[in-house]
Amino acid sequence: MLKTLKKNYLIFLPIAFIAVIAQVDKYDQLTTSGTFGAAIRLAIPICLAGLGGMFSERSGVVNIGLEGMMIMGTWFGAWAAWMYGPWYGILAGIIGGAMFGLIHAVGTVTFQVDHIVSGVAINILAAGVARFLNVVAYADQPTQSATQSPRIDGQVGDFTLPYLSGGGETPSLFGYLQDLDLPFLSDFAGLLLGATSNLSYISIFALTLIPIAAWTLWSTPFGLQMRSVGELPTGSESLGVNVYLMKYIGVMISGGFAGLAGAYLVLESSGIYREGQTAGRGFIGLASMIFGNYKPLGIFMGSGLFGYADALQLRSDDAVHGLLVLISLILLIISIKQIIEKKYLSASISIMLCLGFLIWFLNSETVPSEFVYFTPHITTLIVLSSASQKLRMPKKVGQPYRKGELN
Amino acid sequence: MKLSLRFTSLLAPVFALIVAFGLSTLMLYLIGEDPIETFKIMYDYGKSGKSIVSILNRSVPLYISAVAVAVGFKMGLFNIGVESQYLMGSLLSAALGAAVALPSILHISLIIFVAILSSALWAAIAGYLKVKKGVHEVISTIMLNYIGTGIIAYLLANIFFEKVELSTTAPQTDLLPESARIPSLNAFLGIEDLPNLHGFIIGAVLVGILYYWIVWKTSLGFDLRATGSSPIAAKFSGANPGKLTIFAMMISGGFAGLIGIAPLTGYFFKYTTDFPSGLGFAGITVALLGRNHPIGMAFGAILLSFLERSAQILDLYDVPKEIEKIMQAVIVLSVVVAYEVVKRYVTNRQIKEASKVVSNA
Repeated sequence: MLKTLKKNYLIFLPIAFIAVIAQVDKYDQLTTSGTFGAAIRLAIPICLAGLGGMFSERSGVVNIGLEGMMIMGTWFGAWAAWMYGPWYGILAGIIGGAMFGLIHAVGTVTFQVDHIVSGVAINILAAGVARFLNVVAYADQPTQSATQSPRIDGQVGDFTLPYLSGGGETPSLFGYLQDLDLPFLSDFAGLLLGATSNLSYISIFALTLIPIAAWTLWSTPFGLQMRSVGELPTGSESLGVNVYLMKYIGVMISGGFAGLAGAYLVLESSGIYREGQTAGRGFIGLASMIFGNYKPLGIFMGSGLFGYADALQLRSDDAVHGLLVLISLILLIISIKQIIEKKYLSASISIMLCLGFLIWFLNSETVPSEFVYFTPHITTLIVLSSASQKLRMPKKVGQPYRKGELN
Repeated sequence: MKLSLRFTSLLAPVFALIVAFGLSTLMLYLIGEDPIETFKIMYDYGKSGKSIVSILNRSVPLYISAVAVAVGFKMGLFNIGVESQYLMGSLLSAALGAAVALPSILHISLIIFVAILSSALWAAIAGYLKVKKGVHEVISTIMLNYIGTGIIAYLLANIFFEKVELSTTAPQTDLLPESARIPSLNAFLGIEDLPNLHGFIIGAVLVGILYYWIVWKTSLGFDLRATGSSPIAAKFSGANPGKLTIFAMMISGGFAGLIGIAPLTGYFFKYTTDFPSGLGFAGITVALLGRNHPIGMAFGAILLSFLERSAQILDLYDVPKEIEKIMQAVIVLSVVVAYEVVKRYVTNRQIKEASKVVSNA
């Protein structure tokens, strides 16, 4: 236990700091159930995209096209939900994403185009197709626009845990604890309340996919074959695995996940398709996959982190202001570590940055809204560059494989 | 052999164009428009004198953007962040250019210098993160695009706009003085009755030459290309991959800084919220299309500008002009596939010929 704490102090210490900062009234939005609820809803699409990335990369194909596949998910999801209802939207989103996964697979597996080039092309293609379809599909709508769909109505139900979180007219234990306003205990209750109340069925469906994905990849023959293709394709081929087919399936599942992530964004957060609404979440999903070391649980944790940053950005400028002191504290720890390691130059830079953030924090009331907007993106950068963990990526990821060739 | 190799590499873009037209024809047919008629309208509109000037003007920043992307590609680096890099450079150079008074040549040089420097420094962040922290440049440049957009919006609205004396509510920088504007070529070329052909088109040609020189004629360029095609071999030949990565990012960003010069000194004269955006992403398309070749990318930029311009007329005929976006995207996707197919075909033929030679001997 102590060992885990010591190894991952860069994760646990910030959490502890957040809990402390949240004790100040102005920053209590850092740990309310509302914030955590929003964090979960924002983490799910990132997590789905990350799981998508995992399937593709485990089969050996780098998938930069996740963002494009997610865009397809948003468009098809919105269109089908508007035509037939939300669950059809989910289905259409998955199919739309998987179709683009298929294109990526044709490019990378059959034609052996560079994986990143193909992914970039997929992103360009998706943006163009979505724009075109949007003009064509809603041509006779009164609110016709090239960049938006009509508003989608039709909600799926939601679920709240009874007794603990007050589902179905029962008393809410977590809500009671949160209202007591005790230090730390109420914050923790807020976390639990946010995680267990007003979860839509779509969210629950998405959350159940995480263990299913883990089980598929690590406990079934199919999953073993898929992972082997990413590690040692020639060996797999010699044992009778159809390498091309596994890669095709991997990339299409990847697209399906990304498409689901897109449809989820439309149905759960905005209720409308809007151009650019994915806002780089496909790439953040990819980042959470790297952070999570190509494993489902890690991806879930990583996306939770990014979802939390996103939630703060949406809900409260004040809370983001509180993050300034958090950054300052983290820089302080880093600089102490650097002094212990006798890296004095880096340490002095860290201390200067630390003081800079502290001065900024003390001399301002809020963070400018333009900066608040990129909280999740800068979190992604900071996390990726400070998570000095040993990554173990699939051995042959990103490398072309041609049948019968030794590599 | 050499000639036929050239010929086969031309096959790829031709094939891509055929596929793109085929798919667009299908799309137009499916939505109930007459494809032939649509293409004819586009072509007729695109070849008018006014359109040609507009196409050339559009292709200048597009070409430079492609060069910026291509520098990275040559080293196997994917600089997706050209977008925020050039916007950052444009904003800072616009603000500074409006604040100083200098003789014309110096003034324009200063603007260009500031644009290059600020874009290169912004790009260097991604290089640093890749080398020192192992963050893949695709992810870091994309995150930096969002971060840069935020910073630009903040600087524009809260710092630079404060000093503007115009009575307007849209955030913008001050207008550039006369001395900072690059004149059009119309008087020089004796063109009348047509819109202005912007003078920085010469700058674009120079950028192309500079790109060719850096990448193919200098030892730095050799190291770049060597690292791009075989990192391990390059390392053994004495190249320092870390340093090179940061260098390459900065050169790429430096070229990106030039993207905004044409619009800024040619027809906008200020940085506003509707300063042309999206050129960084379009540059990726052109670089892929032109296969990072200085002349190939010029054709690519002109082709894309032609499509963009000629699609404008479609609205009048009730055809969705977004068909052009699809055409662009399909061209890119089919061109990367086509290049790969051609490459494989050529390699196979070479192997066959080599084996023929061996068996005859």
